[in-house]
Amino acid sequence: MADTPVLAQIAPPARRITPTMPVALAILFGWLMVALTAPLIAPYDPDAIDIVNMLSPPGAAHWFGTDQVGRDVFSRVLYASRVDLLLCFAGVLPPLLIGTTIGLLSGYFGGVVDNVFMRIYDLTVAFPFFVLVLAIVGVLGPGLLNFILALALVGWVSYARLVRAQVLTIRESEYIQAAKCLGYPPRAILSHHVLPNAVGPVIAYAVSDAVLVMLAGASFGFLGLGAQPPLAEWGVMIADGQAFVQQAWWICLFPGLAAISLGLGFALLGDGLGQIQRRGVTA
Amino acid sequence: MSLLQLIARRLLQLIGVLAGISLVTFLLVHMAPGDPARLLAGERASAETIAAIRSQYGLDLPLWRQFLTYLVNLLSGDIGQSLRFQRPVSQLIEQFMWPTLFLTVYVICLAIPPTVALAILGARRPGGIADQIIRLVGIAGLTIPVFWLGIMMSRFFGVSLGWFPVSGYGTGFTGHLHHLFLPAMSTAIWLVPVLTQSLRAALIEKTTADFVTAARAQGATERQIFWQTMLPNAVLPTLNLLGVMVAFMIGGAVIVETVYAVPGLGTLMVNALLGRDYYVVQGLTLVFAVSTVLITLLVDLLTAFIDPRVRF
Repeated sequence: MADTPVLAQIAPPARRITPTMPVALAILFGWLMVALTAPLIAPYDPDAIDIVNMLSPPGAAHWFGTDQVGRDVFSRVLYASRVDLLLCFAGVLPPLLIGTTIGLLSGYFGGVVDNVFMRIYDLTVAFPFFVLVLAIVGVLGPGLLNFILALALVGWVSYARLVRAQVLTIRESEYIQAAKCLGYPPRAILSHHVLPNAVGPVIAYAVSDAVLVMLAGASFGFLGLGAQPPLAEWGVMIADGQAFVQQAWWICLFPGLAAISLGLGFALLGDGLGQIQRRGVTA
Repeated sequence: MSLLQLIARRLLQLIGVLAGISLVTFLLVHMAPGDPARLLAGERASAETIAAIRSQYGLDLPLWRQFLTYLVNLLSGDIGQSLRFQRPVSQLIEQFMWPTLFLTVYVICLAIPPTVALAILGARRPGGIADQIIRLVGIAGLTIPVFWLGIMMSRFFGVSLGWFPVSGYGTGFTGHLHHLFLPAMSTAIWLVPVLTQSLRAALIEKTTADFVTAARAQGATERQIFWQTMLPNAVLPTLNLLGVMVAFMIGGAVIVETVYAVPGLGTLMVNALLGRDYYVVQGLTLVFAVSTVLITLLVDLLTAFIDPRVRF
């Protein structure tokens, strides 16, 4: 199967990257480095309680100040990036894989499978996304794992819908007809001809989806339904600081800015990829 | 297809979707770990009490019979009983829905004018400087966590400047307006970028439409084309925005109401989730989904009513 010749080698149209994409990549790379090296670059233990220095404002000793039990906010923001980055991947990948598979099969074969899928899609989008995820997590019980599970249960439909739409147009193209005439089995056609041509918009969507997943993850942490304290996670940190925001604004401010910057990285990259996709289609 | 036929077909579809929604909400509670009878009876109930409750609530029946009972109850307006409040969920919803409705209308009023203005500004010269700036600011706006924005705004405008109350619902119409300003503003700031993007795209699509070319060929100035030809055609996309907004606003309301302690459906939902009051969660999920579906349907029908070409 692996040595099936690739017939779909159409010269790709000229694709320019948007000026914001290097910025986006730099932000994402920066956060990835921070997450990987957090134990090396964090000045304090993120969970070390220091009653003497609690609620101290940002300064030379504590760049982002300390929280209500004297934990260093800067170190916690750095450590939290591990949780939030992991959350993005764990929240995006399962729906992407499940959705792409179902979308491929549904679009290519049509028939009953396709019909059943479309009904499931109609039903899922009838619910407000956030409420459905919220309800599932509420019923399964709070926690990061249940949050990711709920995302996978709800999120795959958008990917499947997107891939299905791609496949419907690809299915009719001449190179697929050619592959069929040459007698390739459906599995080879799907994996070597349909998938590579359908995957672009999916990647662009997934990167934008990461913003949504990160914000949802932080929101769930904030509501007490996602990551559980004392684990350092941006949403949890903001929730912790909310009661003290009058005296100590820094506990809330910095995790929020961190979330915005990571979100900006994903959003700008997703936007750039989306533009390349659109240009590629019209070119 | 005539409008009546369209309505008939959509209502038929609606019945299917509603049945699906009730099935999902029914299964939702059955996904919960643990024994529902024990939950109803309380932690320290004896085995006999649990058995009695199990037969009283029909929990010993097969699943499809339970679903049938649930459906029949729904049709008679009974969407369950809160374990914590010991009151029907429908009563709770009636009590908590007003702040949420007020907030929703408030957000729409705050979000629509800037959305339309920004979208027009961006769409007049796609790819121009204004368009690029609006797009980038919009992308940045999308990445702001709503709850964080809420906390920061309440800290600054509420506590430091003392302009607005930071929690509650207030009394009387002006009281509501005053109390809900910050919650509505937080939601609007986050909603405007989403809406602007979708309206801008719809407007730009019109710039390449044949009727624009025709108007230009007839010698209309660009200004006339924009105000007289393109803008009236933007009414429908704006209307469709409302449909897009509902699901977003319900999700946003849940978080924003929690931050500002607004006694609305979102707060009720979060408290029910944290307190494991499953039937309230079930009832609210059902109500949220049904409202989303109904509003989408309404928008679709209105669109078809205004523009006959959409009646397919």
